[in-house]
Amino acid sequence: MQEKHWLLPDGIEELRPERAERLERLRRRIVDHFHACGFELVVPPMLDFVESLLTGTGHELDLQTFKVTDPASGRTLGIRADMTPQVARIDAHGLRRDVPTRLCYLGSALQARGSEFAASRTPMQIGAEIFGHAGVESDVEVIGLMLDVLELAGIEAPILDVGHVGIFRALAAEAGLDGAAEARLFDILQRKARPEMHALLGELDVGEAMAAALESLTDLYGGPGVLDAARERLAVGGRVVNEALDHLARVAAELERIRPGSRLQFDLGELRGYYYHTGVVFAAFVPGRGEEIARGGRYDEIGRAFGRPRPATGFSADLKTLVDYAELPAAGQGAIWAPWAEGDAGQAAKIRALRAAGERVIRELPGQTGGPREMGCDRQLVRDAQDWTVSGIE
Amino acid sequence: MSDRLTIALSKGRIFKETLPLLRAAGIEPTEDPDKSRKLILDTNQPGVKLLILRATDVPTHVQYGAADVGVAGKDVLMEHGGEGLYEPVDLEIARCRLMVAGREGEALPPAGARVRVATKYVNCARDHFSDEGRQVELVKLYGSMELAPLVGLADFIVDVVDTGNTLRANGLEPLEHIADISSRLIVNKASLKIKHARIREFIAQIADAVAAAR
Repeated sequence: MQEKHWLLPDGIEELRPERAERLERLRRRIVDHFHACGFELVVPPMLDFVESLLTGTGHELDLQTFKVTDPASGRTLGIRADMTPQVARIDAHGLRRDVPTRLCYLGSALQARGSEFAASRTPMQIGAEIFGHAGVESDVEVIGLMLDVLELAGIEAPILDVGHVGIFRALAAEAGLDGAAEARLFDILQRKARPEMHALLGELDVGEAMAAALESLTDLYGGPGVLDAARERLAVGGRVVNEALDHLARVAAELERIRPGSRLQFDLGELRGYYYHTGVVFAAFVPGRGEEIARGGRYDEIGRAFGRPRPATGFSADLKTLVDYAELPAAGQGAIWAPWAEGDAGQAAKIRALRAAGERVIRELPGQTGGPREMGCDRQLVRDAQDWTVSGIE
Repeated sequence: MSDRLTIALSKGRIFKETLPLLRAAGIEPTEDPDKSRKLILDTNQPGVKLLILRATDVPTHVQYGAADVGVAGKDVLMEHGGEGLYEPVDLEIARCRLMVAGREGEALPPAGARVRVATKYVNCARDHFSDEGRQVELVKLYGSMELAPLVGLADFIVDVVDTGNTLRANGLEPLEHIADISSRLIVNKASLKIKHARIREFIAQIADAVAAAR
């Protein structure tokens, strides 16, 4: 077999100039916006002890993490598949502040198996987290920030889908389900497979009211009316479920205040990140994409593993995916061609001045093939009497 | 945009048995897939199209959002994994059973013995035998599984069984029941969120039609 040295491994990609440029422009806009919103940038390491990468997270992340043995310590290192636990460690162990802490981050992650959509295994994760506040207000702040990021990318009117993992968790606890039964119900609920849910609840002895409540979770999705329906149908869940529903109602009201007209929907059967999240979970969907484009939620327990439990809520997205759906304004004017001028100090000074003014100037290399057009220029430097001036290209 | 609906179906039994359900939801194809070579069929409703696919490709098209909804056998879904899909309605059509079968009079050996199994359902077969504590060698085939034990390619097969006539005609008999199979309505997760009113209505119409057909 002939070896193809140019081939990239499965799910590994390179960004070529046009896409890389768009990505970088979007990255700057987002990071600047994070800065304006009071989020501090952190840069967690690419490689970390697996315990730090995986503590407090689910089994899924373990399978997604590439691992190698560190010859220096003999311990197992992982290449991060998700940066969120690292950022939580920075808050819990590195900063140890008492005030609310807003952190943002950006970096490549590596996923051993990719997502079920199997496109890229190297997402460029971008995200923001608020540590040290447990209320609706911080949830809404990160949801608003996520919508800002989509807006900066020019992604119009995404659907915001909001759920609360505490509802299913409270019902499962109230029903006295063991781990195995809860896992089966969870699997069925993820697929909203109502007939299977009905059959399984018939096998489990949870009582009629509880069975009806659990089954109705497959169907509790849609507009604000869902919360009213849920109060009635999930009454058996008691105080904890009611508080979760109150929390969701306040998220909706507060979001309407800060970002009126957001297309908010509820899905009480949505359990994204169930083994990791502890409260509100949310995701943004856009037409033409089979899975969410950005996601997040509350995860109050993760800091415990690093010695300091702090409430936490945040979101993340893959910058490479955002770029593919982004409608970014054009990059501005093209470039200026500077023909090769042997030993011409005047031209060199002119080029420096133009570049300092924000222009893009491309110098001709002696003996090169191609002229200004081929090199992507729309203007050129020409010498009149004694000076260099910019003129159009005929 | 938000009221368009693309429905993925496979030709043959599933298509025939799904038609009455679609009709109850007010959707009728304007062409017959057996006569047309087109793979996208128009319907009496302007925004609704049918994609005609191979059965095993239906979950993939719906998962990636190439179709909003689809009809797929539970056997295909179990083998595919069903990741990223909702399965809100059991259509109770195209019923059959997923079974282990072998040569007449030959039982499965005790757990621990190594056996060779031919199937197109390699994931389902691996799960089933590992639940029984059996290590099996799997041979992936795409059709005519019944032949494998006869020509010595495998000791047993895992396949869907309807009446059992094909098994009997080839000197085989069913040994173990793995799962009852019927077709499911499947829905793309993002479609359900984005076109939620339209799809919710469609799901309700189909569920009513299934209940009425009982």
